[in-house]
Order: sequence, then structure tokens, then C-alpha cells
Amino acid sequence: MEFDFAAEQPKFLMLMYGLIAFVAVVGGLLLLLDVVPTWFARRREAQLVAVAAGGGPAPRRRKPREGAFAFFFLLPTLLLLTVGLVIPAVRTTLLSFMDSGSTEWVGLDNYAWMFAEDSIVRVLLNTLVWVLLVPLLASAFGLIYAVLVDKARFESAAKSLIFLPMAISFVGAAIIWKFVYAYRGDGQEQIGLLNQIVVSLGGEPKQWLLDSPLNTLLLIVIMIWIQAGFAMVVLSAAIKAIPADIIEAARLDGTTAWQMFWRITMPSIRPALIVVVVTISIATLKVFDIVRTATNGNYDTSVIANEMYNQAFRYGENGQGSALAVFLFVLVLPLVIYQIRNLRKQREG
Amino acid sequence: MTTATPTVGTGVQPAAPLTRAARVRKRLNSRTATIVSIVLALLWTIPTFGLFVSSFRPENQIKTTGWWTFFRDPQFTFQNYQDVLFSSGSSGQLASYFINSLAITIPSVLFPIAFASLAAYALAWINFRGRDWLYIGIFALQIVPLQMALVPLLRFFSTGVTIAGVQVLPAWDLVDEQKFAQVWFAHTCFALPFAVYLLHNFISQLPGDLMEAARVDGATHPKIFRTIVLPLITPALAAIGIFQFLWVWNDLLVALIFAGGGDETAPLTVRLAELAGTRGNEWQRLTAGAFVSIVVPLIVFLSLQRYFVRGLLAGSVKG
Repeated sequence: MEFDFAAEQPKFLMLMYGLIAFVAVVGGLLLLLDVVPTWFARRREAQLVAVAAGGGPAPRRRKPREGAFAFFFLLPTLLLLTVGLVIPAVRTTLLSFMDSGSTEWVGLDNYAWMFAEDSIVRVLLNTLVWVLLVPLLASAFGLIYAVLVDKARFESAAKSLIFLPMAISFVGAAIIWKFVYAYRGDGQEQIGLLNQIVVSLGGEPKQWLLDSPLNTLLLIVIMIWIQAGFAMVVLSAAIKAIPADIIEAARLDGTTAWQMFWRITMPSIRPALIVVVVTISIATLKVFDIVRTATNGNYDTSVIANEMYNQAFRYGENGQGSALAVFLFVLVLPLVIYQIRNLRKQREG
Repeated sequence: MTTATPTVGTGVQPAAPLTRAARVRKRLNSRTATIVSIVLALLWTIPTFGLFVSSFRPENQIKTTGWWTFFRDPQFTFQNYQDVLFSSGSSGQLASYFINSLAITIPSVLFPIAFASLAAYALAWINFRGRDWLYIGIFALQIVPLQMALVPLLRFFSTGVTIAGVQVLPAWDLVDEQKFAQVWFAHTCFALPFAVYLLHNFISQLPGDLMEAARVDGATHPKIFRTIVLPLITPALAAIGIFQFLWVWNDLLVALIFAGGGDETAPLTVRLAELAGTRGNEWQRLTAGAFVSIVVPLIVFLSLQRYFVRGLLAGSVKG
């Protein structure tokens, strides 16, 4: 064994520092908030005792300092959000109007570039295909499966298997599917399942990930494979939450399974379905790992998040990378607003 | 804590006795449904299963024959895992990256949960002016894709903060394993809005009488938080913990940018993406490597699935 455990020690040391910092910060904060008010309370008590002994007028009772508590409880969160999210987001927006080195203002050039460059237009179109197909197909499959499994035995085991890909990293999923799409030259034995099926049906083996636009669709399959489990779990819970008496009443009226689905199941789970579609859409817009691992964005498969990474961190084009990030933000924005409004309505209702 | 979840599992039990025909149809229905759903579930698992089987096959077998031939001609070896985990150099050395993944993940889970639960408590149970606006503000930050923060945050680490030519904060200047701190910081920031939102859902639904009684007894906010709120929201903490764990362990983008690619800091995902890119033909390493990276989240996920699902439902459906 060539693995040298001693060489790993600095990492554990660093991890320990991190944990010590955690205990110090969180414990310290709680301790501070615990000790300081107690100290004040004691002093007040002592004052009161002294006053009572001296027979003077009682000191005015001050209002409890709720605000101070709130401030310290919120301090770490607000600090981190400001430094790590708010300020960077504003700066990214500014950077998107500057050149690659962030020294000169260039106005809308970066945005114009986005729609003028053929390769970037292709990226935008790919993203559009992703965001149209993934939420639709993943939710549809999730819904059908949720309805089906509702009547089936071994329900939880079957659900676990569908849900399992949720736990696998996008990178892992991309590798798993790359193996399915693997190609061996004509005449050789195929090692990829898809080509094996094609060959055994009498077809020609193909280099699946090289042919555009089929390769984008095959990458989309990976995302659907992951997200369908999420859709299924949420929708299944919604289906089970439909009151039994409604279903019973419908059954007594002699509704068929088909009518039952469209007239009772669908209206009842509509809010959950919308949430699922929107959530998957947002995740799909930001998809990065799958494309990067499977094709690295080559062969016309790139999407916005991947292109943003390439521009900003590989080519050093900070302006163009930032413009892509802002564009992504603009695309996500209406979806999230819709989501929030929906949640609000649900809460009130 | 079932308050935030829709009632799951109230089985649909028909009260009236069914007619014979209906009963038969229902049984038929559920039998086809059972078969179809099991077949689909198995189909869904085949890609993963194929990779799993392959990871135990010898190199020349993986490269020349499909994994399904394993069942005709079983040849079994641990060599791939040996190579990929412990051999040094370019071939794998995943053990080192595995430790990196752990070192990145543990603090990145603890920090946001602690900070978010404190913040969520304050937003739910401490009265102060502008509370609702603050909550909406934090909630709204969920819409900012982390891509929006990457470039400036990296500059913040590497060059510090300069306002009008004056160096306000120095650069972090981290080397090697110290870069973990950057990744912790980034993951914590990005996790906070969702964590605050989810925990606020749980904490705000705790019974108000409980808090009231404690206040009357003279308990301060930190005491209420520690002794009453924390024990009650353990399931929620578990849910958000699993979320964050899966997210950080499986993350590629943040690690790629803030941890760098070296074996001092890069997590498994970065290494695997690299192997997949440059060594597309070294399937024996990829198969074993992918499983090394998958096994930890899988264990966490399977053992804590109940909490995960509960958190998922509370986070998405009910709001």
C-alpha cells in the first residue's frame, strides 16, 4: 500500500480547527447572551435590595431589551449573507457591464455578445430545451408512478428505488450514464448497455454523446432520471393526503379510474404539482455538473451555467461570465416569484 | 413535529363492502400496478446496478465485454478499489480526496444549521421592528443563483476588500489545506437562505403557550432557545442536515472554484469529474471511483430517508 496516512494529517488538523471555531463561535454567542443578561439582572436585583434597604424611590424599570437579543441571534446570518451573497450579487451585476479585466465600462456589450455569438446562442437554445423537457417529463413520470404505486404492493421499496438517484451526485450520475452510453467500434463487443440493445436489435452502434442534438437529449435523460424521484415523492404524499371520503363518494358513484384521476386526483394535487414543476425548472436552469462531467460542454451540449464557468474561470472573461450569470438570474426570477406567491396563497388558504 | 407536513399515510380505506366484481377488478388493478411499478423501479436501477457490477470486474473484462456477461462468466476482483483508493500518482488516490470531502462537508453542514436556527428563532419569536421585512429579505435571497456570487467572492478571498484605494480587509492568502476555510465559508453563505426559511417554518409553528410560560418563569431567549426550541426541532434539524450534507458532498461547482483541483483540498466530485474527462477510457477506475463517492450519501440517505422526505415535503409543498 502506497497510501501515506501521515500526509493527510494537516487536513484533520484543519478540520479540527474548523470544529473548534464552530464550538467557539456558536457556544460563545449563546454563552454571551446567557451570561450578560443574567449579570445585568443580578445588578438590578442588588440595586433594588439596596434601594429597599435605604428606603429611597425605586429606580425606573427598563423595558426588556428584545432588540439586542434579536441582533445577536441574527448577527452571523446577516453578516454572512451580506458578505457572501448580497454584495457579490451586486458586484456581479456591475461586472457584467465591464470588460474582461473589470477595468473599463463597456455598457451592454457583454449582453450583445451573448446574442450575437453563434456558440452562445446555441448555449441559450440548449438551456431552453433543458428547461422545457426536464420539468415536464420528470413531473409526468413522477405523477404516473405516484398514482401507480399507490395501488401497488411493496410500495415503499419501489419508491425507494426510484428515489435513490436523488442521493447520487450529479457527477456520479453522469458517470453512471456515460457507461450506459459507452461506445465500442463496429464489430467489437459493446460495453455500453444502450449500444448493446441497439446492436442486438440489428442496428449500428453509435457514439451517442458526440452527435448533436441527440447528445443534449441524452444528457437530459440523466437529469430526468434524477429528478423524477423528487417529483414522485412529493406527489405521492399529496395523493395520500386526499381525504378518503371524497374518494369513497366517487367510488360509490361508479367513477372509472380514468375519471377519478382527472376529476379528483388532479384537482387535489394541483398545488403540489405546480411546486414540483417550478422547483425542477429552477434546478434545471442551474444544471452544471452533468454537462461538465459527461461532455465538458463540447459537441454543442453546453448550457448557461457551464458556459458561465468557462467564461469566468477558464478564459478569464469576467465581464461575459458575469453577464451570463445575470441572465441566469433573470431567467430564474419569474419562476421563484411565482413559487413564492403560490406558497403564500397556500399558507393563507 | 408533524405540524409542517401534510398528513402522510392516511390510507384510503373504503368503508362500504365492495361488490364482487369491483373487488376482483381492484385486485386485478393492484396486481398490474404492482408488477408495472416494480418493473419500472428495476429499470430505474439498472444503470446504477451495471456500474456497481462493473466495479468488481477485472480491467480487461470491463473494457472488452458488457457488465451483463458477468452473470455468464463471473470474474470477481477488488483490484479496482485497491488501485483507485490507495495507489499514488495519477491513477486515483481517491482516499486522499475522500478525506477532503469529509473535511469540507462536516463544517459546511454544522455552521449553516447553527446560524440558521438562531436566526430562525429570532425571526419567529423575538419581537423587534422590521422583523417581517427582514424575513422576507432573507427568504428572497433564495432566488439568487450562486453563480451570481462566484466571481466577486473569489476576489474577496484572493485580494481582500479595498474601498477607494484603502485596504479594508486583507486577502485571506490561504494555501493547501487552509483553503477548506474558503469552501466552508462559501457553502455556509449559500445554504443560509434556504436553511433559515425551512427552520423558520418549523420553529414558528411551535406552540406559543410554551414560550409564554417560559418567559413568565423568567427564562431569557438564549435559555428558551437551548432548552425548549432545540430539542423540539431536532427532526427539522435532521432534515436540513441531510439536505445540506447531500448538497455539499455532491457539489462540484463550489468546490471547483474555491478548493482548487489539487489533492490537498479537492473533494471526490472534482477528482471524478477530472477522471471522467481525461480518462474516459479508464473505465475500471471510474466505476470503482464513482462507487466510492456514492456510498457515503447512499448510507446517510437510506438510514435517514424518513427525515429527508419529511423535510422535502415541508420545504416544498406546504411552505
